[in-house]
Amino acid sequence: MYLPEDELQRIDEEERLLKGQYKHHIHVCLGANCLNAHSAQVLSALETEAKARGLEKVCSVTGGGCRGLCVAGPTVTLEPDNVLYGKVQPNDAGDIIASLGGEPVERLNRPTDNPFFMRQQRIVREMEGRLNPERIEDYIAAGGYKSLLKALNEMTPAEVINEITRSGLRGRGGAGYPTGLKWKTVAKARGEHKYVICNGDEGDPGAFMDRSVMDDFPHRLLEGIIIGAYAVGADRGYLYVRAEYPLSVKRLQLAIRQAQKQNLLGNNIAGTAFNFDLQVRVGAGAYVCGEETALIASIEGKRGQPRPRPPYPAESGLWGYPTLINNVETFANIGAIIRNGSAWYASIGTEKSKGTKVFALTGTVSHSGLIEVPMGTTLREIIFDIGGGIPDGRKFKAAQTGGPGGGCIPEQYLDLSVDFESLASVGSMMGSGGLVIMDDRTCMVNVAKYFLEFCKSESCGKCIPCRVGTAHMFDILDKITKGEATLDDLTLLEELCDTVKHTSLCGLGQSAPNPVLSTLRFFRDEYIAHIVDHVCPAGVCEFEKEAVR
Amino acid sequence: MQTSTLVSAEDKRWRLIRATMRRHGFAANALIETLHTVQEAFGYLDEEALRYVAKELRIPLSRVYGVATFYNHFAMKPQGEHHCVVCLGTACYIRGGSRVLEAIEKAAQVKAGETTPDKKLSLLVARCVGLCWLAPVALFDDEVASEATPEEVAQKVGEWVDHVSS
Ligand SMILES: Cc1cc2nc3c(=O)[nH]c(=O)nc-3n(C[C@H](O)[C@H](O)[C@H](O)COP(=O)(O)O)c2cc1C
Ligand code: FES
Repeated sequence: MYLPEDELQRIDEEERLLKGQYKHHIHVCLGANCLNAHSAQVLSALETEAKARGLEKVCSVTGGGCRGLCVAGPTVTLEPDNVLYGKVQPNDAGDIIASLGGEPVERLNRPTDNPFFMRQQRIVREMEGRLNPERIEDYIAAGGYKSLLKALNEMTPAEVINEITRSGLRGRGGAGYPTGLKWKTVAKARGEHKYVICNGDEGDPGAFMDRSVMDDFPHRLLEGIIIGAYAVGADRGYLYVRAEYPLSVKRLQLAIRQAQKQNLLGNNIAGTAFNFDLQVRVGAGAYVCGEETALIASIEGKRGQPRPRPPYPAESGLWGYPTLINNVETFANIGAIIRNGSAWYASIGTEKSKGTKVFALTGTVSHSGLIEVPMGTTLREIIFDIGGGIPDGRKFKAAQTGGPGGGCIPEQYLDLSVDFESLASVGSMMGSGGLVIMDDRTCMVNVAKYFLEFCKSESCGKCIPCRVGTAHMFDILDKITKGEATLDDLTLLEELCDTVKHTSLCGLGQSAPNPVLSTLRFFRDEYIAHIVDHVCPAGVCEFEKEAVR
Repeated sequence: MQTSTLVSAEDKRWRLIRATMRRHGFAANALIETLHTVQEAFGYLDEEALRYVAKELRIPLSRVYGVATFYNHFAMKPQGEHHCVVCLGTACYIRGGSRVLEAIEKAAQVKAGETTPDKKLSLLVARCVGLCWLAPVALFDDEVASEATPEEVAQKVGEWVDHVSS
């Protein structure tokens, strides 16, 4: 009889044997960013070099994923020595191969015993850089798909849901809705079919956490989705990936084929009665499609316009069937929770926000890149310890979180713990994990204008407060940055914030005023300087007219 | 509109498009997937293609047009020989991405979202291309210009559209 555990065991052992033959493992990052910096050429140069020295049986050269330190791309990771090389060029291959077993190549070496690496805790990005994203065997040898088999063979769907509920996991798509509760609602709903959708639309500018999960750990994501489908009783699913991520699409499609071949997807998964079919759908460049009801309309082949809720997708989603929709990072946490238990997961993070969060740390900060930290880490630790502070001797001004609907957090809140509640308490939000650091050369009115421009052009046009309101707000902000606004305009702007926030149909409009509200709250003096004194304190905005007094 | 030369010529590209529709059983929800294939095959969506897709999937042309124009990814006009994408994501914007865009608009005499009359260059704007630590970023075809300055990019597009530089 076919036993999937045995099959996984066999692959695991084969992998160990295979890997055991080599003394050295060289992983070249094949994430989107390093590929952009020509890491594929680095990989082939290393292969050629290893062969030329007759070392192809001693050291393996394979693709790996992102190490998070994107500024240093292309990166190369050596094991077992745990050496990280940065900015590697094809002609460095000779030195790298020659130094194996000896001292690392000094000019390429990037220390990993610094806060950037030491302060992180990896669940979603576990084994980062060391798994070849295009091989299911790598994932299986790292313990992958064991959680799925555990769920299928040893747990009832209700037990899986209970475990997720107890873990305290909350949705990573922005709103932080309790995942277990959502799963329970879908499980309870009745329908001839049920769907699972994974939201991989990641539209916030400056956010690439989900892309890295899809690119680097496609199987970890699939495992979470399949467990979710089992728990809620779904038989079909879609992975909605934005069109801007062709590499993610390619890797996920490959991963789906590999999982099907191992009987981990499809009919009678792992020899059980559970059937689940999963397909990839590619978005077409509309920010609002990240909103769940718009995303569903898009999968149905329609314009991606949101509709009022209730009914929530959990009751009536794709084609009217009960639908579970979760974010990429949410699903990527599931396997670890099933494997290590809910108590373990619940021990990480703060009282109400459990686990870790992946952030894309960008803007004026020394170490830009991808980081994963326990919930509750302070902004100061993230920006100054992990991120290495503000470069060029500039001064920190604000941290922008939550994407276009988020807010700017000023210096006085640097010791704020990063979790769902704390960020909301200062008028921002967790959002999907974009964290843009701004220094003293940034004009906050200009930043607010930028986000309003974004929301204005991404508004789907269905409801009037959002369509007209955001345009009007943008016009006022534009006037302020040109020194053409009056204090009455400012009053009108604040009124508009209130109207748009409370009367828009979906989250896009409801949160569009946030960048204005938060900059007004903490940087009101900058607005006044533009309006009354016709000066931009940061020196960004240019005024055509002189101040008339 | 089946009479159109392109469609009836059974051009290999139309076969690809039909294959996409067939894979989805000619269901109406295959519309976006089909439009993706049209764009991959022809580079943009023209009226003829929209009419063809509408007929085959039995969807009103108005809805096909509505969907095609709703999504930014779909181009409704032929694209230029070269592409320039200027990133205006948050990180690029705060580091001067809009000045980079202005410089290109001026150098190539083309507005964002448009193509030069000689079809040499299409200028596009992106909201974060995921290379934020290189901000501001512009992409010339697939080549990345990092920490781009207005002067550099103006020179670069000048090479593509030399006619306007005089
Ligand atoms: C305008 C707008 C954009 C959104 N974009 C995304 C997105 O890119 N990715 C995502 O996972 N959720 C996004 N969401 C949230 C989704 O609607 C939904 O809440 C989420 O996918 C649920 O998953 P979770 O419970 O795992 O967080 C967006 C919401 C709004 C209102
Ligand atoms: S903002 Fe330009 S690459 Fe992210």
